[in-house]
Amino acid sequence: MNRAPLLFLGIFMTLAFSWTGIVLINQISYGKLTPVYDETEGKTFPLTPTGLAMQGKRVYEDLGCIYCHTQQVRRPGFGVDDKRGWGDRQSVARDYIREGRVLLGTMRTGPDLRNVGARYVGESGREWHIRHFYDPQITSPGSIMPHFAFLFETRKIVGQPSPHAIQRLLPADYQPPLGYEIVPTRRADALIEYLLSLNDSYTYPQESRYIVTEPEPASETSGAAAPTTEPAK
Amino acid sequence: MSEQPSTPTIVASFKPGARADIAARAELSEIDASTRAPLMLFLVSAVLWLIVGTAFAIISSYKLHSPGFLGDIEWLTFGRARTAHLNAVIYGWATNAAVGVAFWLMARLSRSVVRHGGILLFAVALWNIGVTIGIIGILKGDSTSVEWLEMPTYATPLLFIAYALVGAWAVITFRYGKSKHIYVSQWYILAALFWFPWLYSVAQMMIIFAPARGTVQALVNWWFGHNVLGLWFTPIGLASVYYFLPKVLGKPIHSYYLSILGFWSLAIFYNWAGVHHLVGGPVPAWVITAGIAASFMMVVPVVVTGINHHLTMIGSFSALKYSPTLRFIVFGAVNYTLTSLIGSLMAARSVSETLHFTHFVVAHAHHGMYAFFTMVMFGAIYYILPRILLREWPNATLIRTHFWATAVGSMVYVVGLSIGGVVQGLMMNHTSPDGSVTYTVLQVVEATIPYLFSRSVAGILITVGHLAFAVNFFWMLSKKPVSQSSAPTLFRNPEEMELAAK
Ligand code: HEC
Repeated sequence: MNRAPLLFLGIFMTLAFSWTGIVLINQISYGKLTPVYDETEGKTFPLTPTGLAMQGKRVYEDLGCIYCHTQQVRRPGFGVDDKRGWGDRQSVARDYIREGRVLLGTMRTGPDLRNVGARYVGESGREWHIRHFYDPQITSPGSIMPHFAFLFETRKIVGQPSPHAIQRLLPADYQPPLGYEIVPTRRADALIEYLLSLNDSYTYPQESRYIVTEPEPASETSGAAAPTTEPAK
Repeated sequence: MSEQPSTPTIVASFKPGARADIAARAELSEIDASTRAPLMLFLVSAVLWLIVGTAFAIISSYKLHSPGFLGDIEWLTFGRARTAHLNAVIYGWATNAAVGVAFWLMARLSRSVVRHGGILLFAVALWNIGVTIGIIGILKGDSTSVEWLEMPTYATPLLFIAYALVGAWAVITFRYGKSKHIYVSQWYILAALFWFPWLYSVAQMMIIFAPARGTVQALVNWWFGHNVLGLWFTPIGLASVYYFLPKVLGKPIHSYYLSILGFWSLAIFYNWAGVHHLVGGPVPAWVITAGIAASFMMVVPVVVTGINHHLTMIGSFSALKYSPTLRFIVFGAVNYTLTSLIGSLMAARSVSETLHFTHFVVAHAHHGMYAFFTMVMFGAIYYILPRILLREWPNATLIRTHFWATAVGSMVYVVGLSIGGVVQGLMMNHTSPDGSVTYTVLQVVEATIPYLFSRSVAGILITVGHLAFAVNFFWMLSKKPVSQSSAPTLFRNPEEMELAAK
């Protein structure tokens, strides 16, 4: 029994060690990063998301998109994120400081979404998302992303048809019965707003202090060609 | 790890002529009996959660290759069903089983009858209410989307309180135990009981209740997420191996010194390993480097522990024929070694470049949590239950079915999905001579579907195993106790298999 205190001390110290190193030191060293004001753009980065986009983020969380999508771009040369058009630069810590909850994700069953707002833009982007959520098979045949048709409502047209009705975007076999229309719920609108807002194309002047500069694995990047700026899929 | 019967027990004093081993056994029975009520609650809840978790597993797995399946039911959408599965098996099945087995081991090894069993009864009730609320919360859309911490804030405080009660109870039992010696298994259990609440409370505070800014959250997340495996489930799994292996074989563990080395190297290195989940991510490079180094160093505890177990086992492999406990435990121990070595490799930057973000990681997680931990828990339950209930497992065929279905199923799962992950990673990163990517994401998805399908097949096998187990389990509960105590749980009945004296 007399060895018990020693045992406890060891048990305590080991976890205290990693808690200090992984949690505490990092919280102190970069847990207080602030947004950066850019004079030429006249804006503060990262941009503040709109209220609707924030609600959309909640939808993203509650539907578990994170289990198939990451939101972190790896640096050019480490993987091919840049060549897939997922982002020209690596994601940096400062990109996430406005987010109440950070959704880096660990799985890429589907593409990285950190800059999806740069790929699907404006009204045509919105329409693409609507078709894709209604059923991914419409835009991406063979996809295993679930359909989110439950984010839309099929309802009887009373009086004037809604200006927000979306059935015109859907193929023939998705059309509602005559006299009915399909409208996005508020959650669908919010989610799409959120996706349209995901865009980290701004590059911080002095991010290098916090950027991950991993040792260049010059030769070990198995056959991957030198970083190019080709547009890609 | 052989225990010496020391001071005569009550039974021995009554019957001075009795053999020491019989007295020791009587003491054990007395201790076992005192653990009965709380332990049964833990185990019954564990088995029920296992079934619930398995159902969600099959649904999620099927959805991943046939996304239309149950596609219109919002609460069963992939992101929620998969999360319900994870939480049901981790916090429902695995934690209930772990705490149950740990506290039974604790009572036996401390040679202490269970005091204040009421605390445990209350804790187990609170815990399971918390898990139920948490999972309902996830299904109805209140998930936090923080991996391993998805339960909504209205469920987690219940879990925390329940857990604190178990921890307090364990310390009490340890303090009042009669045993002079601290066994290897006890180190692991005490450490695990201490580490988990620390990890859990820091993670809850810094991610959910008072979120840290930016990607510090991600560091906390993986410090927690990986350590739940390494500092909570792994120690309890290893404690069980360290106890049951020598116990069933009737010989001491090969080397006490290797045990010490294994324990402390695990305690030091596992701690830091978790950040390898963030290789290439937006966090400081030095933390990741430290994480990768620690992941490599994990080879030390793994090899040391593996050698120790293997050298204990050597020469006794024929015992696998008789003892279901041994079969499950040995299967688990071997997979512990394998999955840990694979894990160390996966942390390397060049490997991670390909395998990170793929199904390989999912396969690896199941290799550890299922083929190692869950199988060890099954083995432990096969040993404990007859001693607690004083009756035999009703049906050996069901045990055999359980073993083979889960052993084969888990291997099909791990091998199939690992290959799928490699295919996925290689195709994702493949570039054509002109420097552009060769395959679109949809082509990669298409290539992985056969492997996702193999996972569903594996899942069906595993489900068969679980059903066989559950039927046997509840059948056993409904049987009448037999008068003769401590009947060994065996496919056959050779007395010498059971360790005579502790
Ligand atoms: C089962 C895994 C899975 C889940 C869950 C999932 N996705 Fe996807 N997602 C995919 C796959 C695979 C693709 C690629 C094929 C396609 O376009 O459908 C994809 C593509 C996308 C794209 C197009 C990206 C691009 O660059 O073309 C967006 C946007 C998207 N998903 C958003 C979401 C959102 C939002 C959610 C949660 C509501 C979600 N996904 C849930 C698998 C998933």
